[in-house]
Amino acid sequence: MRPCPCRTKRRPGWPWAPASSAARSVSATLSLSPQRLAPPDPAWRRRINACVVFLVLLWPMLVFSEFKPWILFDSQSLAASGRFLAGFLHPVLGREFLGIVLVNTWQTVAIASAGLALAMLGAIPATLIVTERLSISRLGRGRMRPAAALVRHSVRSLLVLLRSVPELVWALLFVRVIGLGPTAGVLAIALTYSGMLGKVYAEILESSSAHGTDTLLANGSGRIAAFLFGALPESASELVSYTVYRWECAIRGSAVMGFVGAGGLGQRMDEATRNMAGGEVATILIVFVLLVALADLVSKLLRRRLG
Amino acid sequence: MTPRLPAPPPRAWSTWLLLAALIALVAASFATLPLQFGELFTAEAWSTTREFLGGFAPPETATPFLTKTGYAALETLSMSALGTLLAVIAGLALAVPAAGRFGAAPRALVRGLLNVLRAVPELVWASLMLVAAGLGPFGGTLALAFHTSGVLGRLFGDALENAEPLPQQTLITNGAAPLPAFFYATLQQTLPQMLSYTLYRWENNIRAAAVLGVVGAGGLGQMLKYHLSLFQMQDAASVIIAMLALVALVDAISFVLRRSLTR
Repeated sequence: MRPCPCRTKRRPGWPWAPASSAARSVSATLSLSPQRLAPPDPAWRRRINACVVFLVLLWPMLVFSEFKPWILFDSQSLAASGRFLAGFLHPVLGREFLGIVLVNTWQTVAIASAGLALAMLGAIPATLIVTERLSISRLGRGRMRPAAALVRHSVRSLLVLLRSVPELVWALLFVRVIGLGPTAGVLAIALTYSGMLGKVYAEILESSSAHGTDTLLANGSGRIAAFLFGALPESASELVSYTVYRWECAIRGSAVMGFVGAGGLGQRMDEATRNMAGGEVATILIVFVLLVALADLVSKLLRRRLG
Repeated sequence: MTPRLPAPPPRAWSTWLLLAALIALVAASFATLPLQFGELFTAEAWSTTREFLGGFAPPETATPFLTKTGYAALETLSMSALGTLLAVIAGLALAVPAAGRFGAAPRALVRGLLNVLRAVPELVWASLMLVAAGLGPFGGTLALAFHTSGVLGRLFGDALENAEPLPQQTLITNGAAPLPAFFYATLQQTLPQMLSYTLYRWENNIRAAAVLGVVGAGGLGQMLKYHLSLFQMQDAASVIIAMLALVALVDAISFVLRRSLTR
């Protein structure tokens, strides 16, 4: 921050003040004064204020998050992380361990796929209920029957509740109810993702053209038929590609959920970190990054094919 | 008269193959996982679940506990804000080589580094950070910073690469040094976009910070894990409500911010 260098020279008709920075430096170069005077910063007061506010806000945050970078460098912590990181140089590649990791990788994929399949079982009926396009009483007068509006709102808020509890918290709760293992992971993904899918499916359907559905409904077709022949053909590819994208997210999520005991790669990694087995952690990390990259690739291919 | 529907369009055999593969994937998933859905529907499980859910019923509202929860919520907020701030600094520093300003080789190298930073989720970073930083919010802050700097570095780098090159070239042609030219032209052009990316990531990070604690990285998550493992359900219910409130608050704030920024 530069202090205002030339209070005395500040005249009421200061010609540089509103000009842009480039123009200012040009006029500074052209000025005939012997030493090049830096023009005053017109916004210096605001800048200082912003800095002060920033520092005042930053201070409590540093305190609350116990921000003490020096503990990273005390001898004990350095020794521990040194040993841990040294293990990373020699990933465990024994046949036995790789076998275990492969089984866990498949479990991660399977948790994601099974969870997503269950989520769709919940999300598709919810979508059919929530979508306002499929309301018959809305036709013509633009307002739903109170009972229909009530049902739509309650299902919608159920979906909000399902997706606003993080999947990891669902997993923690299910681990408490049914014990450690992949069942908790599958159920957690099923609940969170049915909330998300239900919401986004409805949004996709609402954003498609209303003409087909409205015409079918107005001419006496049922809601299911109106959905299948009016709304679905237009938005099918978008629905499928969003589902595939969510499958990719579910794989990432199920790998992480193992940390609370819901099976898969995460659980193996949690154990390895607890034992400070750097080599095992390195192997699992590599497999994990490869798995995410593969899921990314497959989902991109599928979406290009279907979208 | 029966209505005559037009014949359905022909489908390529590869579509059927794809569909079959997807169904096989789902079937194999259900078949190989040791799922215990059967146990979920026995009378015993039903009563356990009811007992479990009943335990939540009145969330704990004693003042000392609420103060503690509020403190944890502030801890979560600070972790997310500080993690995002560190990530902005690191991301900006990495974005310059990632935008190819120092040549092709550094660009590829830094992009690879960013990919690795980004591919490892926050929670995994947090569990790795526990070794170096110990239990507590500091490790969580660093974990958020690592993952987010991967994300932001990539986004910032793309923004710098896509920025209109002419303003900077004009300054350089007119005799400005490369560094001021970068600051006054390219950075100015990309700043609004970077700001909006940062806000978006911050929003994400608050959500992530709320659950990071389950591996011991401070904040609301750590409290939740603690009370759940002691089966103190009423306390856990309060913490979950605090989490939901925090996320809803952030959603509302960012909605208002976004609307005022885009209008």
